[in-house]
Parts: sequence; structure tokens; C-alpha cells
Amino acid sequence: MRRYFNPSKVALNLSVFLLALFILGPILWLGVHAFVTDWKYPHLYPSGLTLNWWSKVFLDSALKTAIRNSLIISPIVVVLSMVICLPAAYAAGRMNYWGRKTFMITLFSANSFPKIGLFAAIATLYYTLNLMGTFLGVVIIQLLGTIIYMTWIPAAAFASVPRYLEEAARDAGASKFTVFRTITLRMAMPGILVAIVMSFLASFDEAQGSYLVGAPTIYTMPTEMYSLVQNYPIQVAAVFSILLAIPSVLLLGLARKHIMGGQLAEGFQIK
Amino acid sequence: MKNVEANMGLELRGLKKILGGRVIIENLDLSMAKGEMISLLGPSGCGKTTTLRMIAGFLIPDAGTVKVAGKDVTNLGPEKRPSAMVFQNYALWPHMTVSRNVAYPLKIKGLGKIETAEKVEAALGLVNLLHHQDSRPGRISGGEQQRVALARALVQEPDVLLLDEPLSNLDAKLREKVREDIRELQRRLGITTVIVTHDQEEALSISDRVAVMNAGKIEQFSNPQDLYRHPATEYVATFIGALNRFEGNLVEGRIVSGSDVIGIRPEDLILSSQQNDDALPGTVELVIPRGHFFEVVIRREDGIFKAFTNEFIPAVGENVFVKIKKSLRYQNGKLVG
Repeated sequence: MRRYFNPSKVALNLSVFLLALFILGPILWLGVHAFVTDWKYPHLYPSGLTLNWWSKVFLDSALKTAIRNSLIISPIVVVLSMVICLPAAYAAGRMNYWGRKTFMITLFSANSFPKIGLFAAIATLYYTLNLMGTFLGVVIIQLLGTIIYMTWIPAAAFASVPRYLEEAARDAGASKFTVFRTITLRMAMPGILVAIVMSFLASFDEAQGSYLVGAPTIYTMPTEMYSLVQNYPIQVAAVFSILLAIPSVLLLGLARKHIMGGQLAEGFQIK
Repeated sequence: MKNVEANMGLELRGLKKILGGRVIIENLDLSMAKGEMISLLGPSGCGKTTTLRMIAGFLIPDAGTVKVAGKDVTNLGPEKRPSAMVFQNYALWPHMTVSRNVAYPLKIKGLGKIETAEKVEAALGLVNLLHHQDSRPGRISGGEQQRVALARALVQEPDVLLLDEPLSNLDAKLREKVREDIRELQRRLGITTVIVTHDQEEALSISDRVAVMNAGKIEQFSNPQDLYRHPATEYVATFIGALNRFEGNLVEGRIVSGSDVIGIRPEDLILSSQQNDDALPGTVELVIPRGHFFEVVIRREDGIFKAFTNEFIPAVGENVFVKIKKSLRYQNGKLVG
């Protein structure tokens, strides 16, 4: 006999639905508001559909500049972060030197107290170095937030590459550098990809420091949001939010394909 | 002793290795002919793996020389040595397919695409794995992974093939088959091979000669029959096969107190229900069926003996006569008769 009504199943489905609504609700709200003229209580339906808000964004040169700045600054920050942090991550993951643990813990210091205090202190330093309101100044500020991702995650990835896999490559005739390139780096790649995504998001979404250092000469997408919320109707902010989310979603999708579809998902059975 | 160099497979001279302040290998000598298959046999910590890693080049000896095919390779790194190793856990690269794993050494060598493909196919054919060319190592069984590792070693056409505990990760049934396969392949290709193992059955059944190692030294290096019938040291006698060990001397078939050590193989004890010359009476304490033979434990007045028999099988509690057919006598651990 099949039961058509199962109270526990209904309760489960309902709670899943509510949870989904809680998580996706704000995004749905954004998605709707980016395309409607107006939708306010007590109206049950939006008063009309429009692409007006999108054209506002694309016609406003300040907004366009912010988008361009963000798309230039964030990749530069990620690449710089890789150049600076990956060698350190390799050293921390594969070598055992004095003070290694202390070094790794110290990297948390930038994240361990309210950032705004740190930024204020940095701002005074920036004034003496003439970095205030400069491109480089914003890049450096955003770098700070990526360091923790670009060191800890790849360090763990490097550490988890079994030594015997490198030895096997050496035995097969590969030089130390070739072993690193073809085995170690390749196997640590999922971890590095995760670090790249996290760093990009950290840089792309960074607002506090970038605003403090960059405004009023350099605006990125998140800092532009401040003036947007004040100067435009809420629907333009919704459009901008969606634009802000696009690179993150694309990057996560790409990473998902390479991380979940790669050897991590292969279920490697040898210990 | 003509044309020694050409026949030289592997030669270790005065090898010494200290790791972490501990002497792991002390003055080790070993030489084997081309095409020979030998085992380094010993308990864990005896230095057999250290020795193998010095042959492969992962460890540089603190003293002594390693010669492969007559060429001194002591100070060369593993990538420059004409040896190929099959790792205990196979060490296949999970991000490459089976055929790319096997092709890797050739790619490093800079071989052309066509030649590489041909050699990879030949190597995978040798180990019957052509159907798994495009599989990832994580998707095939342990036995298949091991064959991939073997193919990856063979494709390098090494002067010496090194196998580190090749069968230890396989289940018992597969072990015997793989053992025979490896031996057959080794014979067919005539490849000089060194196996490291702690399993004496494996070592004795697969090798031309076995080096029994203990505490960083080779106790005896000889063929399997010799090791079993004439163990040069007390250590080898107790390590290889079963042994009745007594401290004392053997006088007219009886153990009497003395300074020697007497070793008797269980199959060298003759049991019978009747008295004959040199046989002494004893009581059967235990009878254990062991498949094609029985293990019988007998208490005599001079000690407790373990005997293997398949002709005369006594019952527990029965009185039997036990005759010592052959014995080994050791003084200070060395064989004297």
C-alpha cells in the first residue's frame, strides 16, 4: 500500500523550501528588481517591466569606469598574490624550517582584528608614500585580503602531494624542476585553483580599504555601490549587484568543473 | 673470470649509510650477474629498503660504491641512473591515464610521438593491460595498478629493475599469480632484478639468490636451497623456515648441556612407533594438520621437538620414538657443522 500523505516528508520538503527561500530569496529579489519599474507594498505585482535600469548603468560613465577598474585591479591582485605567496606556500608545505608554524600563524594577523583600524593606520603610511588615491595603493590594500587564501590553501595542497609520486618521476628520469612542473604543481592545482577563486572574490568584493584609499579618484565596483545607493533608485543598485556577482559565479563554475571533475573526484585509492 | 665487466649486473662495494645518527648499513658488499634475480630479505628495519634506495639513487651512500652494468653510479641522482623502480604503493600519478603514466619516462627522454606510442603499447602488452590504456589509476584494481607500475619501469629498459615489496599490497590469492608473472617476465626479458621483501616464501620462490639481511648486514647471500639446508648463521637458520633450536650439544642423538646451539629442521626428525638406533622415546603433545603434512609436537626428556610428518601420524598422548636425522651446529652464531 502506498501512502499518499506522509507528514514527516511534507515537513521535510517544507523546511527545505523555506531554507532555499532564505538563501535564494535576496537573490530573487535582486533579479526581479533589476527588471521592473517599481514594486512596492501594497502592490501584489510590479507595475511594469523595463530595461531602463540597465541602460542607466551602462550609460553612466562613472559606473563604467568602476566596472573597468574592478576588472583590471582584481586580476592584477590575484597574479601578484600568486607571485608573492605561492613560493612561500610551497616552502611552508614541503620544507621544514625553523619558525615555519609561527610564520603561517602570523599571516592571520591581518585578518585578526577589525580591518578598518588596520586601514586607518595604513592610510597614514600611504600619505607619506604618496599612495593615497593611486592604483597601486588600491592593489596593495586588496592584496592584504588575499594573502591568507593564497598561502594556506596552496600550502596544504603542496603538503598533500605524496613524496613517492615525486620520487617515481625522478626515477623515471625527470629533473627536480620537471618533477615540480609535471607532478607536484599539477597535483596541487585543485588547491591552487580554489585559492585563486577565493583571492579573486576577496579582491573583487573588497570595499572598506579600497574606498578609504581609492576614493575619490579610484572607484571599484563595490566602492561605487556607496554612491549608487545614495544617488539612484534601488533598482539600479540591483542591476549593479547582479553585475558584481557575474564574475564570481563564472569563476566558481569554472573552478567547480576543474576541481570536482578532476582527480579529486577520481577517488584515488592508494594511500 | 673472463669478461667480468660485461656480465656485471650490479655491484655494491663497502656501502655505508648513516641516517639520523644511526648506522643503518655498515660495509655492505653484494654483486650479482646480469640477468639474475635476487631478493633482499629481512625483517623491517634491517636496512633492505635503505639498500634499495641507495641502488636507485634516492640516497647517496656515506661510503662505498654502486656499480650498475659495470658503470659507477654512486654519485648520480635517480634520474641519471639506469635503474627503474616499482614502488611499494606503485606511485602511479593519479592525474594521468595509464598510458600517459607509462609514456612519462619516454617523454622525459624526448622520444618521438610514434616511437613512444609503440613502446608504451609494447610495455602494456607485456603486462596484459592494453584494455586499460585510457583509464585513470584510481579506477583500476590494485593488481592492475601494480602491472602499470611494472610497465612504467620496463618501458625504460633499465639495466636494473628494483621492486620494493611488490606483492605486499595484494591479497593472498593474487600474490602467488603475480609472483609467477613477475618471475616469468624477468626470465623472458633477462632483466637484472632486485626485490626487497620481508616475506621469506616470496623471496625463496622467486629469486635465483637471496641475501638475508639483519641489522644492516648481509648474513648470507646464496641460493634458496643452500639457505635452507646450510644456513651460514644461526640468524638465517631461525629466520628461514621452521627450526627446533636448543642450547647445548648433540651427543648420540640426544641434546646434552653444552655451549653450542643446535638447530634441527622439523622435517629432519623421523618418527616411528618402534625403537631403532639413536631414536629416543617421547610423548606426543599436539598434532596439527597443516594441509599436505602434519605438525607434531613431542616432548622428549631432553626437550620439546616440533616435527613435520606425512607418513606416520601418531595420536596425542601416544608414545613415539624420535630420531634426529640431520642437525645444524652453531658456535657464536656461525655454522660449524
